[in-house]
Amino acid sequence: MIETTELTKRYGDKLAVDHLTMSIPSGQVTGFLGPNGAGKSTTMRMILDLDSPTSGSAKVNGRRYRDIRFPLHEVGSLLEAKSIHPARTARGHLQWLADSNRIPRKRVDEVLELVGLSAVAKKRAGGFSLGMGQRLGIAAAMLGDPQTLLLDEPVNGLDPEGIVWVRSFLRSLAAEGRTVLVSSHLMSEMALTADHLIVIGAGRLISQGSVADVVAGSSSSHVLVRTPDVSQLTSILTAEGAEVSTDVDHALRIRKVSIERIGQLAADNAVVLHELSPQAASLEQAFMELTRDSGEYQTELKAPPPPSTTSDGGLN
Amino acid sequence: MESTIVLWANVRAEWVKLRSVRSTLWALAITIGITVGLSALFCSTRVARWDRMGRGAQLIFEPIGFSLNGIFLSQLAIGVLGVLVMTSEFATGQIRATFAATPTRGTVLLAKMKVFFLASLVVGEISSFAAFFIGQAILSSKSSASITDPGALRAVLGGGLYLAGIGIFGLGLGVILRRTAGAIAVLVASVMILPQLVELLPSPWNDDISKYLPSPAGQTMFHITSARPSLSTGVGLLVFLAYPLGACLIGWVLLRTRDA
Repeated sequence: MIETTELTKRYGDKLAVDHLTMSIPSGQVTGFLGPNGAGKSTTMRMILDLDSPTSGSAKVNGRRYRDIRFPLHEVGSLLEAKSIHPARTARGHLQWLADSNRIPRKRVDEVLELVGLSAVAKKRAGGFSLGMGQRLGIAAAMLGDPQTLLLDEPVNGLDPEGIVWVRSFLRSLAAEGRTVLVSSHLMSEMALTADHLIVIGAGRLISQGSVADVVAGSSSSHVLVRTPDVSQLTSILTAEGAEVSTDVDHALRIRKVSIERIGQLAADNAVVLHELSPQAASLEQAFMELTRDSGEYQTELKAPPPPSTTSDGGLN
Repeated sequence: MESTIVLWANVRAEWVKLRSVRSTLWALAITIGITVGLSALFCSTRVARWDRMGRGAQLIFEPIGFSLNGIFLSQLAIGVLGVLVMTSEFATGQIRATFAATPTRGTVLLAKMKVFFLASLVVGEISSFAAFFIGQAILSSKSSASITDPGALRAVLGGGLYLAGIGIFGLGLGVILRRTAGAIAVLVASVMILPQLVELLPSPWNDDISKYLPSPAGQTMFHITSARPSLSTGVGLLVFLAYPLGACLIGWVLLRTRDA
C-alpha cells in the first residue's frame, strides 16, 4: 500500500506535483499515467525519499520510506534515469546493493537468472544495451524479493522483444500478488498490464479507478443508435436530458442516458431501431481526453474522433 | 543497535563498491608509485650533488622528511580518488540506487568515510614506509636516518596519515560540490596553489596565514624541521584534520537536504 497526502513539489515557480493525494492498492498492478512532464517521476522519487516534497507526505505500508531499516526487502524500484556505475560488472552492482541491505549473496545469482543476465554477469554494465540495462535495473529491484515495486517507465526506449519481456514480467508480478506501481505515457501498455489506473496531468490527479471505470468515465463512451426516425428519437431523448449528436449515416451518438433507458423510450414511442450498441472508448481516447488540457506543451492536435465502428475498447 | 547494523551493512557495500572498479586500484597503485619513485629520484639527485653542497647545507640536511617529499605530488592521486569515490556516484546516477537502498544518508557518508579512510591509510602507510626505507638506503653513503632515530617513526606514520587525510578531504569536497571537475579544482587549489599565493602576501601575513593551510599544517607531521615558521606537530595535526572533517561535515548537512 502506497499513499500520498497532498504531496507537492515546487521547482522555482513551477509546480511539478500539485497537492497529489492518491492511494495505490495492495496486490494489484497500478498504472501511473500522464503525459511527459506530468510529474510521474518526481512523485516516484518523493515516495522513495530521494527528493523531498515541498509539502505533503508519502507513505509506504504506513511508514515513511526513510524509516524502513533495509528498504530493499520491502520496496524495489527502477528509476527512469540510469543509476548504475558503468565501470562495475552486473554482478558487482548487485553485490554492493545486496550487502547494503544484508541480502544473501546467492540471491544475486538468482535475480541475474530471473532477468536472463547470467551469461553477462561478469561484463561491465557500461557496455550493456538499453534493454540489458533495464533488465539489470529490474534485477536490482527484485533483489530483496519485495512485496512492493515502483517501476518508472520500464518499457521506455526498449525494442519490441524487450517490451514483450517487461510486459510478461509485469504480468508475472501481478500473478504473484505483488503491489506494483508502474508509470508510463503509453496507454496501450497499461491496457495490457494494469488493473488500476491513476492518471495525472500537470502534477494534479485527474482520475483514479479501475481501467474499466476510467474508460467508462470518458465522454468518448456513448451509445450508438441507428433509426429511420432520427428527428423523433432526438426530441424524445433530448427531453430526457440526453446529449445527442448526429452522424452522416443517420446514426445518433447518445451520452448521459443509459442504453436500457434508450431502448425503453424507443419501445414506448414505437420508434424503430436498427442498431442499439454501447461504444466504449479505448483507453487511449480516454487518456487523451483526460489529459488534453494538462499537457506540458500544447499543440493544435486534438484527440482522434471516436471510431464509427463498434469498438471493443482495447480492454481485451 | 539498529543504526550500527545499517552502518556495518553499508561498510560492506562501500568496500565492494571501492574494489569493484578498476580505476580505484590504479589510483592507489599510482599513489604508492609516485611517493616511492619521487623519493628515490630526489634522494639519488641529492647524493649526486652532495659534494657540491655547502658545508652548512650538509649540516642542516634532514634525511627523514626529505625522503617523504614525494607526498607533495602523490597527495593529488589519493585526493582525486577521494573526490571520485563520491562524484562518480552523482555523475552516473548510482547515488539514487544508493539512497533508495539506504535512505539514511548520513549512514552512507559515514560508511564511505570509514572504508575510504582505512583503504587510503593502508596505502598511505605503505607509501610512506617504502619511501622512507628506499630513500634512506640511497642516502646511506652521505647522511641517512634509521627508523629508530628520534621522531623518525612518528614522521613516517605521519606521512601515511597525511595521505589518508587528503583522501578524506577530497571525499568531503566531492560531497559538497558533486561535480568531479569542480571538486578536483578546489582540491588542487587548496593543497598546491593556495600556499603559493599566500606566499606573495606581505610579511608577516604570509607566514601567519600559511601555517594554517592544509598542507603546511599537515607537513608538521612528517617534517622534523622546517625552514618556515610552522605550528607544533600536535596543533598542526588538529588544524590539518579540521579540513577533511570540516568538509565532510558541510557535505553531510548538504546531503541531508538536497534532492538526489
